[in-house]
Parts: sequence; C-alpha cells; structure tokens
Amino acid sequence: MQVVFFFFYPLQLPHVFVNCVEYFTSRLLLEEILIQLQSCCSETEQTSHVPCDTFNDFVRLFKQAVVSRELQDQTLYIVLDRAEQLREMEANILPAFLRLQELTDRNVTVVLLSEIVWELFRPNIGCFEPFTLYFPDYSIGHLQKILSQNHPPEYSADFYAAYINILLGVFYMVCRDLKELQHLAVLNFSKYCEPVVRGEANERDTRKLWKNIEPHLKKAMQTVYLREISSSQWERLQCDNREPGQLKGLSAHTHVELPYYSKFLLIAAYLASYNPVRTDKRFFLKHHGKIRKTNFMKKHEKTSNHLLGPKPFPLDRLLAILYSIVDNRVAPTANIFSQITSLVTLQLLSMVGHNDQLDGPRYKCTVSLDFIRAIAR
Amino acid sequence: MSTCSVSKGCFVFKPSPKKRRVTQETANDFRIKTDDSEDSELRFITCQSLWNQIKSETEQIQEDLNKQLFDNLVSFLRQSHSEFQEKTSEWTCRMKSREIPTAALVLGVNVTDHDITFKSLSEVLQNNITPYIALLEAKDCPGIKNLMQKLMGQLMNCYIDVDSLEDEDYVQVSQNRIRCSMTSLISWYESVTKKTDSENLSKKRTSSSRHWQSPPVVVIFKDMESFTTKVLQDFIVISSQHIRELPLVLIFGIATSPMIIHNLLPHSVSSLLCIELFQSLSCKEHLSTVIDKLLLTTQFPFKLGEKVLQVLINIFLYHDFSVQNFIKGFQLCIIEHFYSQPLSVLCCQLVDAKKRINYLSHDQCENIRRLPSFRRYVEGQVSEKQIALLTEDSCIKEVTLKLLEDLNVYHENYVSVLRCLHVFTSSLPKYPLGKQIRELHCACLENRVWETEEYESSLQLARMLNKSDLVTMLQQCVEIFVSSSGKEFDKTVEKLKDFLTQFQKLEEAFQEQDVSVSSQKELQKKTDLYHLQKTLLELKESRRSKKLTKFEMLRFEVVDYIDSLVRNYLVPADHKTLHEIVYFNTASVLREHLNAAPRIALHTALNNPYCYLKNQALKSGGGSISNKAPDICIVYKLHLECGRLINLVDWLEAFSTVVMAAEGPNADAPSSDQVDDIIHARFIRAVSELELLGFIKPSKQKTDHVARLTWGGC
Repeated sequence: MQVVFFFFYPLQLPHVFVNCVEYFTSRLLLEEILIQLQSCCSETEQTSHVPCDTFNDFVRLFKQAVVSRELQDQTLYIVLDRAEQLREMEANILPAFLRLQELTDRNVTVVLLSEIVWELFRPNIGCFEPFTLYFPDYSIGHLQKILSQNHPPEYSADFYAAYINILLGVFYMVCRDLKELQHLAVLNFSKYCEPVVRGEANERDTRKLWKNIEPHLKKAMQTVYLREISSSQWERLQCDNREPGQLKGLSAHTHVELPYYSKFLLIAAYLASYNPVRTDKRFFLKHHGKIRKTNFMKKHEKTSNHLLGPKPFPLDRLLAILYSIVDNRVAPTANIFSQITSLVTLQLLSMVGHNDQLDGPRYKCTVSLDFIRAIAR
Repeated sequence: MSTCSVSKGCFVFKPSPKKRRVTQETANDFRIKTDDSEDSELRFITCQSLWNQIKSETEQIQEDLNKQLFDNLVSFLRQSHSEFQEKTSEWTCRMKSREIPTAALVLGVNVTDHDITFKSLSEVLQNNITPYIALLEAKDCPGIKNLMQKLMGQLMNCYIDVDSLEDEDYVQVSQNRIRCSMTSLISWYESVTKKTDSENLSKKRTSSSRHWQSPPVVVIFKDMESFTTKVLQDFIVISSQHIRELPLVLIFGIATSPMIIHNLLPHSVSSLLCIELFQSLSCKEHLSTVIDKLLLTTQFPFKLGEKVLQVLINIFLYHDFSVQNFIKGFQLCIIEHFYSQPLSVLCCQLVDAKKRINYLSHDQCENIRRLPSFRRYVEGQVSEKQIALLTEDSCIKEVTLKLLEDLNVYHENYVSVLRCLHVFTSSLPKYPLGKQIRELHCACLENRVWETEEYESSLQLARMLNKSDLVTMLQQCVEIFVSSSGKEFDKTVEKLKDFLTQFQKLEEAFQEQDVSVSSQKELQKKTDLYHLQKTLLELKESRRSKKLTKFEMLRFEVVDYIDSLVRNYLVPADHKTLHEIVYFNTASVLREHLNAAPRIALHTALNNPYCYLKNQALKSGGGSISNKAPDICIVYKLHLECGRLINLVDWLEAFSTVVMAAEGPNADAPSSDQVDDIIHARFIRAVSELELLGFIKPSKQKTDHVARLTWGGC
C-alpha cells in the first residue's frame, strides 16, 4: 500500500524515497539518501560519489547538501520504506533518524513506512516517539473503485467495473493485496471479453459473462494465485483454450527419488525424531522387556508427539535405529556418513546446535509424515 | 560436495589436466611397481588413450541427454523478456505487475553431478542468449551483502571476458567496486548495453546478432535448498523493484522437489516470481545410457567383471545416485587393471593386439601360461600340443592371437543376444530376470544364466505370451541382429524372419478356422439343454487332452530357439580363455577404495596395530593386551571393557599395570601404589588422543569420569 509515493509526486515536494531492504547496510542507505538529495533538485548536474560511513558524517553532509540546494525554506521529506529493516542495522540509526530535525537543525521530516506496529520498533536505548499514523485497510468498495479506475481504452468503464465486481467476488476472500488483485484482473480480462469479441454477448449481458468467467476464475485462484503455474503459462493456456490439467503445478511434483540407504536413513531419522527414547528398546530390540500397558500414558503421547514437532536426536541413535530397520548388515562406511550430510544440505534433516560440534552432533528430521510414507512405500 | 571427498578414490584421480603434467612420473610409477620388462609404458599409454576415448564418450552422452532440457530453457529465456525488448506501452503491460521470470530446475538428489550440468548450461546460455551469467552458491552467500558482491563481481568480470579489449574499464570497475547496490548494477548494465549498441552501429558486426540488444541477466542459484530464506527473500524483493530497468532471469537449481520454493518463500515474495518448472532426466536413466554406451558395446576393449560391476552399481543405487561417481569408479577400474595386470597390454583394439603379440617378451609369455583360464585351455589339448604351448613362445603367440579373436567375436555376439534376451525378459510379469538390461548383464556374467531358477521361470512365462507381443518382440530381435556387427547372425535373422512369416500364415489360417467354429456353434444352439451340457462336457474333456494348437507349437519353437541362442552365446565371460586380459575382476580392491569405512579402519588400527605397523613384536594372539603396543592402543583396548562412564583413576591403574608388565618382575621394586610420573604423563597423552579421535568426552555427570561416545566392547 505504498500510495505515499504517489502522494509526493504531484505535490512537487522535495523528497527522498528509499527502500530499506534494498540498501541493506547503514552506509548504503545513508549514501543513497545523499545521492538522491543531490540529484532531486538539480538533475542536470552529475553528482560525485561521497563516502559516508557514520551517521555523524551523514549529518554533516546532509547540512551541506541542503544548503547547496537552497532548500532551507522548504520542508524536506525523507521516506523510508520497509522501515522495520532499520532495526537490523546499527543501534543508533533508528533513534538518530527520529531526531534528524534536531541533529541537523534543518526543516526535515522523516517518514517511516512499515507493515508492523510501532511497539515492535522501540529500541532498548530509548528514542524519540514518532507521530503514528495508521493506514486503514481498503474495504471492498474502495478496492473496487481503485481497480475500476484503470479501465482499458477499448472498453467502457462500466463494463470493466462489472468485471472487477465479479473478480472481487471470487478473490476477496483470499486476497486483499491491491497489486496482486490488479495483476489477476489483467490476466483474466481477455477471457472475460471473449464472448463479446465473438459476438455471443454484448457488454451489458453480465449474467452470461459471469457464467462464462466464474469457473475460470476459480481455477485461477487454485493455480495462478498460488503460483502453482506461472502467469505466462496461464496466458498461454488461455490462448490455446486448453484445460490446465495438462500442466502440472509445482506441488504436483512432490516425489523425491532417494538412494536406497538415504531412504532408510531418513526413515530412521523420522522415527528418532518422533518416538521418545525409552520406546526404542521396545520397538527395535527382538528380546525386549514386557510391554507395560499404561493406557493413559499412551494416549497422552499419541496426541502430543506430532503436535510437538520433531525432537533432536544424537547421531548414534540414528545409526542404531538404521541398523535395526535395514534387513541386511550395513557397514558404517564413509558413504553412509556422507549421506547424512547430504540429507542435511537437502534440508531433509537439519543440524541442531553448533555446526562445528564434532563430538555427538544432533539432528532433527524436518520432513512430514506424508513424505516419509511416500518414501517408505 | 563432501560426498566424493571422503572416499579415497576421488582424491587420487583428479580430472586429467593435472595428470597431463605428471604423465612421465605416472608412467614411471607403473614401471617401478611391476619391476621389469612387462611393457609398463605401453600399458600406460594404452590406458591413457582408452580413458580419453571413454571420457569423450561420456561427455557426449551427457550432452545428448541434457539437450532437450537446455533447449527448453533457452526458449524460455528467449521468451521471458521479449516484452522488455518490445517496450510495449499497451494497457495490459502497463497494468500487470512485472514478475521476475524464474526457471525452477529440478535436477534430482545427485548433487555431485550438478556442477557439470550447470557448467554446460552456462556455456549453452553464453553461446545462445546472454553473456551476463552469474552462478551463485549458498556457501558464498550467507548474507545479502555477500550475495550482491558475488553477483556483481561475476557479472562485471564476465563482461570483461567477452570483450577483453577494454582493460581500462576493468581497472575502473575494480577501483570503485565498493558500492555493491542494485543502483550501481543497473547503471553498469545501462552503460554496457549502450556501449555494445554503439559498437554495433559503428562496426556493424554480424557476430553480435546472436545476443539481442539488451540481453537478460541470468542469475543461477546452484543449490536452492541451502540458501537462507532471508537472503533469497531480500534479493527477490530488491530485484523485483528494478525489473523494469534490469531484465533479470532467475534459475533455481533444486535437488528435492519444487515444493521447496513454497517452503522457503512466503506468498508475498513468491508472488513476485513467474515460475516455470523444468525437469532433468532422472539419474537412473542416465546411468542406463552410460552402461549401455560404455559396457554393452564392442567399441571399448576393456570390460568389467560381474562383481566389480555389482559394486559400482550398488554404490550408485544405495548411496549416492551420482553418475559422475560411477564414471570415476569406472576410471579407477581401468587404471587398476592396467596397473596390476601385466597382460593388459593386449587389452586394446584387435588390430593393435595383433602387432603387440609379436613383440611379447618371454616373461609375458610366462604370464600368459600362468593365467588360470589358459591352464584350463591347455589341459583340454592333446599332449603334444600341450608341450608346444608350454615350451615354445611362438606357438603360444599364435594361439593367443586366435583366442583373442575368439574373445572378440564372443563379445560381438554376446551383446546382440543379450539385448535380444532383454527384449523378452523385460516384458514378462514381475521381471524374474530384472527390468533393466544391467541386471540381466550381471546375471549372465555371474554364471550360466540358463541354469538359474529365474531363467527357468522366465522361459515358462515366455511360453505363455500372447501372439501380438511375441510378434513385436521377434521384430525387435530381428532389428537388433540386423544392426549388430556379428557375422554369424545371418542364419539367425533368417530363422526369426521365418518364424514371423509362420505367424502371419497362422493368422490367416486362424481366421478361416474362426468361421468354421462359429458355424459349429450355431448347430449346437439348436439342441436342447441336456445335449448342450453333454457336448460342453465333451468339449472340455477334449480340450484337456487335446494336442497343442499350431500357435502353441510355434510359440514353443520360438522360445526353444531363443533358449538355444542363449546357451550358445551367453556363456559367462570367466569360462572364456584369456578373459583375464580384458576383464577387471578384483572387486575387493575397488571396494576398499570406494567404500571407505573410517570407523572400522580406526578400530582395526587401535585394536590390532600389527595390521598397519607390521611390527613383529605387535603380533598378538586373541584378546590379551600386549604392552609393546603404542599407548593409545592399550588405552583404547582398556576403554572397550568399560561402560558408558569411565573412571579415570581405575583406567590409569589398569594402564600402569599393563605397561609395568613390560618391565617384568625385575622392575617391581618401586612401590606399586605410586604410579610413575612418566607413565602418568603417557596415560594422559593417550587419553587426550582418544578424545581427539572422538571416542570419549569429558563428562559433567560425575567427577573424574569421562563418557564414552561409542558403544560395544570386546
């Protein structure tokens, strides 16, 4: 919802617009502000590169820049988008920005844009409280008005508005992001127009058009919106008028082929992650003690283990379980050990604790029960 | 990748460019070990040339297999920024949010092979699409800053690579490479494209037409899984903001499944991407092609024995799925064979072998006589011939040549008949002889395949095949034999064709028969129920005792014929004389090299130091602990007898007892309760060495105790 950008343009206010994700270190950020500042008023002059390492330098250079551009009499705006990133930089950056006016003694306003509440920003060293302004969510009415504004030149505004109405009816439940909705609207509009182009319906025949487009939109929600298939593929599908069933989405390819022992290792890891240690003896030894049936305990475990998530286990336990679930003897060769590491790089297992710990590394199994079932088959 | 770096074999056999430099030394190595004459230099040269042939062959295979995938990718890349090229100002383009075109490349879990794929991919792209390619690896990019640095470094350098004329430019870049941000990347891109534009105008080069005016910038993430979420997210967010100025295309190398994209990226980020999926060929298919092209052909004289092949395939299937490692193993086999077998000098094309036989030294002839398969051959001869073979070198040379020719013919026939048999067995239910031709190959190499139960059952199943299947199979077999190089198959082809025509005739006859049967049935319909039952019963009876139909007879004949072919041509290789020359059969060596077992090796070293030190004093029998062994061995053996927690004091006592036993009874004068300082120090050193090796670690549960990290004992 970065409409603020459009707010500054027409007003011809001197402003600097910076995305904090893009300029990921404080130095890059400060330099970018200065560069934009230098170029924002006099675009003809090629600016020279000035190194700016600390906030102190920034304040000094900032003053110079303001003086040289003759901006003393105007209010200068610095807009920081995705301001939550500022918290990741040096501790002094955020408080300093909040006191920029005081520090530079110039007429300057800092605007922080963020999707999270101010309470999460507050640094421990304390800072100047900004003036918080909440940007309300768009209601469905607003969305419709905004989306209908940009109608294609070939069709009337009413026609497009009707289309937007239908679109919102389908997508409003799942998506309220304006950009995404706009994107979807454009993607599916040609399909909506199809009956009109073919002459089967005129522009007012909304009911007929609705019938035509509705299943199509629903399909779009399941595929394009989730990025199961890409939008260019979707467009090609529309052109060919094929069923999207032919194109498998991303999540259709869930099957992973693994080497024989990797499968067993993964299964062993899963067992080690989700079974408590004391049941190992009962499950994996041939001559175990009597199974004490304590019903209460069992029920308690069953509900909890999968909800609690995987637990870490030591390497030895993994190998012990592996030996007991593989039919024939497994020699502990280097190949087996390297497979464990490659499972970690494939993110099927994850290492718990420090990476440099050589004695007794601990792992966690990160795959789901369904995945294990598919493998074990 | 760590997978290959652990095993011994991969260290020794680095790719060839290095070997080139040390060629002379390696040849010397060959010679020194085998003491004398035995043509070591020639063997080395043969080995080199053979390996080079095989290497180029495998590269060719790889290229062919990846062609389809790369073609798809190239066309995707061409399309991806076509809008960018046209710079349309249409309504749809204006309104649509620009997504970053992304190719998700699913490559399978054999991470070791990916490097080569990516290398050839970037080559293909460089030739066809764009000079601007950056390959990123997760280990180089722990943060977004490193990623940007790496990216810009690669992009700007690759530009230099393409036009190495502008050295000044390079200097400039290196001077102000401090600012690694997207803006500088964009300005760089603009300057570069502008420059090439102007160059094109001035020089009117035609060669540059292979790239467009503004080629896309391709960023390849080699191992998507290992990238941290934050780095990827940040990078995608940043680049999506500049997609209009910088035509970026991402390629994700994925080892597991494309689901990982959704796992790594939240929807707000993945909605900035326009992902298309590309899947590479599965590594198993790749392996089958490699085996098909390398082993089941007469092109290369070198062959793998059954056990060796089994070891290689097992490593592939059980451990890593890596074709690269398979080929490395194959290379090891070649080198080991030429190194250890003096007669391998004859393992070359038949034409060369003929020449080489004439120059064989007396020692080499003796070597031939020592071959077990040759001895068996000699025993089968009449006595005069035997004497001649054992005494005269010229005679043995003659015979060897003949035998080698035989062997060559055998290989030619073997391959075709094997393929033919595979056609039959691969379509049987439950695949008694295996689905893949490699399994069949192994079975045939192992022993006489027709004596196995599986073969019996598959023949039985083949006798129940229906006609259409049988006919198509026969046709396939005819094709195989016709295309094969063996000279003896003219008759076979004729015979098979004869079968085919018979089947055709049968079909025609059957149609006629059909008509008569139906008329018979009509007659039956008119009779009453009782009669009908009776006739049916009779029919049943007659069918049971009835002679086989013509079709069944023919089917039996076909199967019998195939059986006879198998018995004739699929004799296991180790029944052939002189098979030792071309077959590499010492699987134990290979297993030792490729399937390293560090834990076992460590245990043997500590438990039985004689095994490695070869010191006669260390040769100890059974479980007793020798005091002459190194300290660490004594400490290790003692610790095996303990439980999970080891009391250090007790351990020291035991250690000193064992060590003192060395000095014998004469040294028991010092008081026994006071441990010698030197022994104490030795003990402490040994224990810390054990800790370093990872057998024990200090424990906080009890004072003066250490915890064992391994389990099991004597």
